[in-house]
Amino acid sequence: MTPTPPILEVRDLAVSFATDDGVVQAVDGVSFDLRAGEVLAVVGESGCGKSVTAMTLLGLTRSSNARFSGTAQYGDTELIGASEEQLRKIRGAEIAMVFQDAMAALNPVQRVGKQIAEQILAHEDTSDADARDRCIELLERVGIPRARERVDNYPHEFSGGMRQRVMIALALSCDPRILIADEPTTALDVTIQAQILERFRELREQTNAALVLVTHDLGVVADIADRVVVMYAGRIVEQGTLDEIFYDPRHPYTWGLLGSIARMDRPRPKRLPTIAGLPPSLANRPTGCHLRPRCPHEFAECVKIPPLEARGESIPTHPSTAEHTDRCWLSTEQKVALREFAPGEIGLGTKAAAS
Amino acid sequence: MGRFILRRLVAMIAVLFAISVVTFSIFNVIPNGDPALRLAGRNQSPDQISAIRRTWGFDKPLYVQYAKTMEKVFTGDLISYANQVDVDREIIQDVPRTFSLAIGAALMWMAFAVAIGLYTAVKAGQFSDRFLTVLALIGISMPVFWIGALMNYYLGFKWKIFPNGGYVPLTENPIDWAYHMILPWTALSLLFIGVYSRVLRSNVLDTINDDYVRTARAKGLSERQVLIRHVLRNSLIPIVTLWGLDFAAVIGGGAILTEKVFDLQGVGQYAADSVGQLDIPPVLAIVMFGAFFVVLLNTVVDIVYAALDPRIRLS
Repeated sequence: MTPTPPILEVRDLAVSFATDDGVVQAVDGVSFDLRAGEVLAVVGESGCGKSVTAMTLLGLTRSSNARFSGTAQYGDTELIGASEEQLRKIRGAEIAMVFQDAMAALNPVQRVGKQIAEQILAHEDTSDADARDRCIELLERVGIPRARERVDNYPHEFSGGMRQRVMIALALSCDPRILIADEPTTALDVTIQAQILERFRELREQTNAALVLVTHDLGVVADIADRVVVMYAGRIVEQGTLDEIFYDPRHPYTWGLLGSIARMDRPRPKRLPTIAGLPPSLANRPTGCHLRPRCPHEFAECVKIPPLEARGESIPTHPSTAEHTDRCWLSTEQKVALREFAPGEIGLGTKAAAS
Repeated sequence: MGRFILRRLVAMIAVLFAISVVTFSIFNVIPNGDPALRLAGRNQSPDQISAIRRTWGFDKPLYVQYAKTMEKVFTGDLISYANQVDVDREIIQDVPRTFSLAIGAALMWMAFAVAIGLYTAVKAGQFSDRFLTVLALIGISMPVFWIGALMNYYLGFKWKIFPNGGYVPLTENPIDWAYHMILPWTALSLLFIGVYSRVLRSNVLDTINDDYVRTARAKGLSERQVLIRHVLRNSLIPIVTLWGLDFAAVIGGGAILTEKVFDLQGVGQYAADSVGQLDIPPVLAIVMFGAFFVVLLNTVVDIVYAALDPRIRLS
């Protein structure tokens, strides 16, 4: 990867919500960098804080019961502490979001063209007619046929895949530098999913925008991501390049995630392996390593929170970059040995062997 | 659309027919309902009454009487049994007063309800929300005949800030017209403002958490644009139905208490007075008049509803 300076630097981001059941620590000390033209996948089970992290960057989780700490430096602006007016100028124009369920995320009583034009007009001093022309152009660009007519349709008149394209067209309308896609393909079938991912790929080539892809679908991640952040219970547990995460996973949780994918290229297991147990309640998380109650490799050290750090230098057989970090007290040698016995077939070994 | 309106038109005729039959029948079964007694006046003799029965056709079978009365409704020859006044002329005289009251009040309560509903939703849980919620509940709980009488007494009679009842035609003097209408409008609106603002508040609170509102924020719209264009627009859709039906009731002469308290002499007041005298012709005519507006505004509401929410198709 080219060592360009990051366009977004998130440091120690923490988000908590005061609820009737106590304080929910949705995001706890999340740090990552995002570079231009890069696809960063944020993966994890439902409720691990990945969506909250994404939305917090745009201030969309702000409410009277929410508490924030940490920073997210975007250019000259620090997003977490920014005023609503500062954020308003960035939202949609520089950092745009694609939401999961396009049916719900588009206003049901407004024509799609108007919904897109609204964003253009919010950021640029241009005429309605020009905004409309750009809408048509955008809809064509994301692959909507007969865009000139479709621009006047309502969201319910589109199919699921087409609606998600409308969402993407909306997000792209002001040429954002960062696109945050929150489970953009989860509600779609696989063929449509592949088409949508293809759009993302084109985009990134055309505009050099960075993409933050929030998903729990590792197939999508393998398809498009450059780097991967694995989250569990509000924390990043492992972070690295796509190859590092898929071929040299260091954290037992990542093994679990990778082990529980159905694979076409391996003999079919009797039962698809799963990660035993449930994610902890974010209002009442275990002390120390959050995975502890579910982890078969737990030992005395695990009651302390392991730092997120690079641990790979020690073994020459598994070299990895300084950016491949994880949160687990096991030694790298132990990890390499233990993951061989992890349930499911993790894509271990060399990249060449698997591809 | 054309078929929809045609179907509603047919339905309207059926509804008006049914209502006229029911109204007519009621007056023929209630005790002391005999119209000949009304027409004969105070010093009546049995001979007079039977003579009246013959000349007015009250000795004929009921369905013949019904048909004759309905014919008069449409030809405009309907005569009140109580004072032999032409019913149509009386109604035509009263309609501008009722319309003035209904249209003005409907606009007033909608405007205030939207403002208060949106404000309390945005300030939900804060002091101003709770304060206005209590006010709304007070508004809902105050009967028109009581608050109307209080307003009349203090604002109209005692302090003379507003005229004490009465009506000035709009065509005569628009300012005086509005000046005379302010108290009736306010008295009639209070209840509706209370109800509507509560309904709107809960609609807004439901809508404000919808995904598309989050999208609207993510687009970089100002909070004001988000509220007006996305939240309010969608929250108002259910209110329109409510508004259409309530407006229909009021414009059809349903605001009897308000008309009576402020002595507006509108259609509702005429209906109430006629019922008191068991006078069939005006009651029948006004019931049909009211039913017409209810059916008409129902249709209008459906059309407006479809225009506001493109997911709804008229069929």
